[in-house]
Amino acid sequence: MECGSPHPRAARKFHGKERCRDVGLRRVVKKIDLSVSVNPGRNYIVNHLLKRLAVMGTLLASTALASAADGPVKLGVLNDQSGIYADLAGPGSVEAARMAVEDFGGSALGKPVEIVVGDHQNKPDIGSSIARRWYDTENVDVILDVPTSGVALAIQEITRDSKKLALFSGSTSSDLTGKACSPYGAQWTIDTYSVSRSVGGATIKAGGDSWFFLTADFAFGHAMERDTIKVIEDNGGKVVGTLKHPNGTNDFSSYLLQAQGSGAKIIGLANAGGDTINSIKQAREFGITGQQQMAALLLFMSDVHSLGLDAAQGTYLASAFYWDLNDETREWSKRFHERTGRMPTQMQAGVYSSTLHYLKAVEKLGTKDSEKVMAEMKATPINDFMTKDGVLREDGRVIRDIYLFQVKSPSESSGEWDYFKLISTIPGEEAFRPLDQGGCEFVKK
Amino acid sequence: MFEIFGIPSQALFGQLLLGLINGSFYAILSLGLAVIFGLLNIINFTHGAQYMLGAFVAWMLLTYFGIGYWWALILAPVLVAVTGVILERLLISRLYQLDHLYGLLLTFGVALIVQGVLRNHYGISGMPYSIPEELSGAMNLGFMFLPVYRGWVVVASLVVCLGTWFVIEKTRLGAYLRAATENPALVGAFGINVPRMITLTYGFGVALAAFAGVLAAPIYSVNPNMGADLIIVVFAVVVIGGMGSILGAIATGFGLGLVEGLTKVFYPEASSVVIFVIMAIVLLVKPAGLFGRAS
Repeated sequence: MECGSPHPRAARKFHGKERCRDVGLRRVVKKIDLSVSVNPGRNYIVNHLLKRLAVMGTLLASTALASAADGPVKLGVLNDQSGIYADLAGPGSVEAARMAVEDFGGSALGKPVEIVVGDHQNKPDIGSSIARRWYDTENVDVILDVPTSGVALAIQEITRDSKKLALFSGSTSSDLTGKACSPYGAQWTIDTYSVSRSVGGATIKAGGDSWFFLTADFAFGHAMERDTIKVIEDNGGKVVGTLKHPNGTNDFSSYLLQAQGSGAKIIGLANAGGDTINSIKQAREFGITGQQQMAALLLFMSDVHSLGLDAAQGTYLASAFYWDLNDETREWSKRFHERTGRMPTQMQAGVYSSTLHYLKAVEKLGTKDSEKVMAEMKATPINDFMTKDGVLREDGRVIRDIYLFQVKSPSESSGEWDYFKLISTIPGEEAFRPLDQGGCEFVKK
Repeated sequence: MFEIFGIPSQALFGQLLLGLINGSFYAILSLGLAVIFGLLNIINFTHGAQYMLGAFVAWMLLTYFGIGYWWALILAPVLVAVTGVILERLLISRLYQLDHLYGLLLTFGVALIVQGVLRNHYGISGMPYSIPEELSGAMNLGFMFLPVYRGWVVVASLVVCLGTWFVIEKTRLGAYLRAATENPALVGAFGINVPRMITLTYGFGVALAAFAGVLAAPIYSVNPNMGADLIIVVFAVVVIGGMGSILGAIATGFGLGLVEGLTKVFYPEASSVVIFVIMAIVLLVKPAGLFGRAS
C-alpha cells in the first residue's frame, strides 16, 4: 500500500499519518518546480492564456454591470435590530417596507422587488461597511430608515461616492439636509429643526421661557440642542444651562438634580429612546414635574408605551404621524398592528411612505438610475396614508405637516395605544428650515 | 453656605448621596459576583441577565398575577435563584474541572440567550413599573430633595450586603463554605455535602442579582438589556475591589458610586469612563485589586 494510492485512508493507516503528509508535500513541491521551470514555449502559452483570461474578465464584469442595472429593484432596510432603537424602527420598519412592496403589487420593472435587512447596531463604522457592501457589490438600489444620525451622516457621505439613494426616515439631525446634504439623500419624517420649532415654540408661548438642557453626547443630541437654542433665543427666551450626558445612561438623578438646581422653568431633553424614558421616569420620582416642565424634544409612541401614561402625561412632543389621526391612518395602522402586535411609530410609517414613493418613481420611469429617479421623486407630490401633498425639496427635505401632541393623562386614555391628543398642526412651510438657511452646497449653485 | 470647587456645598452633598445610591446597586451586584467567584471560581457573566430577570419577574408578578412590590422583593429572587440552581446543576457543574474561560463562555452564552428571548417577546423599550405607594413621595433633607424610594434602596442594600458579609465571614456555615473552597475533598470527608453547598451558594449569588433587579425596577427602565449595560461596570468594580473579596466588593461598590457621582457634577461627559480609568490605574499599581490577596 503506497501513500499516493487510490485509498489514501488505508495508506495512512499503513504508513502512519505524518509520513504520508510528507510524501504529499514533496509531490506538491515537485509540481511547483515544473510550473516555474524556464521554458520559452511555455511562457508564450502562459501569456496567451493570461490575455484570454483578461478579456474574459472584462466580459464578465460588463455582464455583471448590465445585470445590476437590469436586475430586480433591491431595497435595503438598515437600522438597529435589537438595541435601544429597535422598537421605534427595527423589525417594524422591515415589516413596513414589506407592506409597501405588497401594496405596490410585489414587483417593479417586471421583476419581484427584493428586500434585504441590515443591523448597524447604532455604530457608524458598521453601518458604513454594510452600506458600501450593499451599494457596491450587492446591487442594493436604495437604503431605507437608518435611525441614529451618526450612522445616517456616514451613509450620506457614501451615497455621494456610490451614486445610490438613501431615504432616511429614522434619523433626525437637520444636518442631513443642511451642511451634510447629498443629491442622493432624502429625509422623510421630522428633523431636529422642525421638532425644536414646534415643541420649543409651543412651550415658550405657554410661558416656559427659561431652559436647562439634558443633551445626549452625540451628533443628534448636539444638533437638537443647537436648533432648539436658536428657537428659544429667537422667541426671547433664555438658556440657563446645558449638560451633556453619555449616550445610554442608566441613572439621571444627578443630572436632574443639577437641572432642578438651575431654576429653569423647562427641562429640555435633547436625547432619545432609553435615555428619554429614564429621564422622564426619574424626573417624576424627584418631584421635578410639579415645579418644572419637561419638554421631550424626541419622544416616540414606543417610549410612551414603555413609560406608562402615569409617568409621561402632560409631556409635549412633535411627530409627523400618529395612528389615530384619521380613517386612513387608523386603517393602515390596524394592518400594521395585526402583523407586528404593535402600533407603528412615525419612523416605521415613514419607511412605508418612502418605499412606496420610490417604487412609484421607478415604475413610472422604467429605470433604476439614481439621478433620474431622484428627480422624479422630487417632481411628484407625495401622497399616501400619512402624507397629503408632501413635497421632496431640492435639498432632500420632505416638506409636510408636523403635528404637536400632548401625552394624555391615564383618565383621558381609553386604553392601550391611546396616548396622544392633537394640540395643533404646523404646516410644512412653517415647520421646516427655509431652503436657503441650511447651508446645503449644491442648492446654492 | 460655602463652596467647593465652585459648586455650592449643599448641591455637592446631594450629589454625593446620589452617588451612594448608585453605589448600592454596584455593591449588591458585585457582591453576588464576588461570592460566586470566591466560592465557585466561576466568572458569572449571566449576572446581568439575572439582575434583569429579577426586574422582569417583578413586572410579570404584577402584570399577570397582581402581586405587588413587597412580595416581589421576596418571590422574584427566589424564583430567579431556582433558575440559577437549575443552570448550575445542569451546565455549570460540568465545568469546575476546566479552565475559567469555559465557565465565562458558558455563562456569557446563557446571558445572550436569555436576553434575546425576552427581547424577542417584549421588545426593547421596556415595561412600566411604578414605585409602591408606601415609598412614593420625597423628603426634604435641607440640602436636597430625597425621594423616599432612593433612601430605601440605600438602606435595603446596606442591610443585605452586611448580612451577607456577616454570614460568610462570621458564622459556622460561612466557615464551611470557605473551607470547602480551600479543600473540597477534606471538607467532604467530614460528612459535609460539598456539591450541594456549592449549588446553594450559586443560587444565593443569583438571588442577590435578582434582588437588585427588583430594587431597580421602579426607578430604571425595565428592559431586556438593562443588565447587559450594567454588568461591564460591575465587573470593573469587582476587579478594582479584588476578585473574590467580599468586603472589597461592597466597599468599592459604594466608593465607585461616589466617584461616578462626582464626575457627573464636574465633567458629565466622562461619567461613563471614569470607572474604567480607575480600573486601569488600580491594575497597574495593585494587580490583585484594592482588597485582593496576591496569589
